[in-house]
Amino acid sequence: MNQLLEVNDLVTSFRTAEGKLSAVRGVSFSVDKGETLCIVGESGCGKSITTLSVMGLLPSNGEISRGSIQFSGEELTTKNEEELRKLRGNEISMIFQEPMTALNPVFTIGYQLREPLMIHKRLSKREATQKAITLLDQVGIPHPVSKLKQFPHELSGGMRQRVMIAMALACNPSLLIADEPTTALDVTIQAQILDLIDDLKADLGMGVVMVTHDMGVVAEVADRVMVMYAGEVVEVGTVTEIFEAPKHPYTRGLLASVPNIDDPDHSMEAIPGSLPNLSEEIQGCRFHPRCPFAMDKCMEMEPPLFELSSEHQSKCWLQEVKHYDKQSATSS
Amino acid sequence: MASGVISPANTSVKQPKKERMLFQTFKRLCKNKLAVFGMIVIAFQILLAIFAPWIAQYDPVVQNLSKAQLGPGAEGHFLGTDNYGRDMFARLVYGARISLIVGITSVTLGLLGGLFLGLISGYYRKLDGVIMRFVDLLFAFPGILLAMLIIAMLGTSLVNVVIAISIWSIPTCARIVRGSVLSVKKQEYVVAMKSLGASDLRIIMKHILPNCTAPIIVFATMRMATAILSTAALSFLGLGAQPPTPEWGAMIAAGQDFMWTAPHMTVIPGIAIMLVVFAFNVVGDGLRDALDPNMELDT
Repeated sequence: MNQLLEVNDLVTSFRTAEGKLSAVRGVSFSVDKGETLCIVGESGCGKSITTLSVMGLLPSNGEISRGSIQFSGEELTTKNEEELRKLRGNEISMIFQEPMTALNPVFTIGYQLREPLMIHKRLSKREATQKAITLLDQVGIPHPVSKLKQFPHELSGGMRQRVMIAMALACNPSLLIADEPTTALDVTIQAQILDLIDDLKADLGMGVVMVTHDMGVVAEVADRVMVMYAGEVVEVGTVTEIFEAPKHPYTRGLLASVPNIDDPDHSMEAIPGSLPNLSEEIQGCRFHPRCPFAMDKCMEMEPPLFELSSEHQSKCWLQEVKHYDKQSATSS
Repeated sequence: MASGVISPANTSVKQPKKERMLFQTFKRLCKNKLAVFGMIVIAFQILLAIFAPWIAQYDPVVQNLSKAQLGPGAEGHFLGTDNYGRDMFARLVYGARISLIVGITSVTLGLLGGLFLGLISGYYRKLDGVIMRFVDLLFAFPGILLAMLIIAMLGTSLVNVVIAISIWSIPTCARIVRGSVLSVKKQEYVVAMKSLGASDLRIIMKHILPNCTAPIIVFATMRMATAILSTAALSFLGLGAQPPTPEWGAMIAAGQDFMWTAPHMTVIPGIAIMLVVFAFNVVGDGLRDALDPNMELDT
């Protein structure tokens, strides 16, 4: 498989009244063509900021202070605004959490769908309208022709999210970033939207980065999962590895805090405490104040990412012993 | 793929939507009795202004000293004559034309300047500080003094009054536009448009500006009242329209010497100014309510 997006040691920081705060601290990941990577974590752990960094859409007080973002072999961090603008919507698209507010209330669906086509593909209005009808059909909206003349407030949330997806897919992007695309929708619509993204991914061969805090969504769509905590990657692995053999205590905590319908004895457990403040400096592992397995070492030294398998990595001292066992086994 | 979708009721509307929205705003405006009164007064003024040569039987500037200071109704002069025997009604009708033209041009110019500054300072945070300090500077002068200062520099004429009033409108307009841009800019659809690769110009002109129209329309209507009032005030002080131009403020100024002998010379243009200013104010108020998005939901 060929690599579509590769992010290396990304640090994104914000200038605030309290000084420079890093919201993303050295995150690395990659997405292949036709693959879905889910980024999971609590609210405020840096998931969205990571994706906005890739899009180059950080708020004005934010900046990428270190690291590289490579998209199809091209470095994005050194590109200027105009070059990025040509990529956005064309090669990399994004769908947002709130379909209620992500469409402009004063324009019709048709107008807004034509817009990316007219910006990037320089289509005429007539061609763009034709393409818009095809797109609406593709995302499963009934009566696409009449929908073109409607305003966003006349559509339901699920329909609006479909329109958003249609807009994002208008120029056949090779990478789709979905920032909690189903959070604002009710459960039945959620499943439809996820299926839709999955189908379109297969049809168009896109890579998908899905940001979510819903483990149910992860189980449904992900090929690989990246767990983030306080701006750092704490565990990466394939979806099976993460769900069946979670190694980081935080991942386990996340999984334990979801109700399990198959296991009647499963008791839901919340992770105690809350996410540290961005300005808070924590020595050692950033999760140790909340970790039930915290050792002395965790308070002193930051753990590295331990390789558990070719795909599976975990940033936890608990893996150290096994890691060295395995290493000594291979070396001897 | 998404086959089991339950399609919402097909609510296609035959009428073009834009017209429907304008019509709805108008309908809501019509529920407000004061605003209806205001609209009638404004419509009346516009008609007078357009058809002035046909409506007025006399020339507004030709003097007839034998018929000076006639009271209303005397000798075919519906509203009487002034101290030079000029027909008051003709002067009033032509005055309507002047105050409307001055009002519209000065508000339009002020709006253009204010929109430009407001959109830029609202959208580009880096320029915000500089532009807003400039606006603060303009705000620091009391309005009428600023206008007098500008006229003192440019000389007294109606054109300079227009320039003065439009400059005076810029800071308020810039503030209003900046405020709406700041709130609209935070909306997710603006970020969504950016993520689709829209340029700044496109986002500002096509996505932010149309979402700021409501406060701008209200501002422009209210500002018309202020502009008409200020034109009259400046002309009254002798800084605007020069005699024999039939400007309402100048007419009052001319009439004040004859307050006791011919009160209609001051009262009639005074009533005209008051009515028109009142009309624009109530229509502006009505529009503010009619354009309120919260009221839009329940219709």
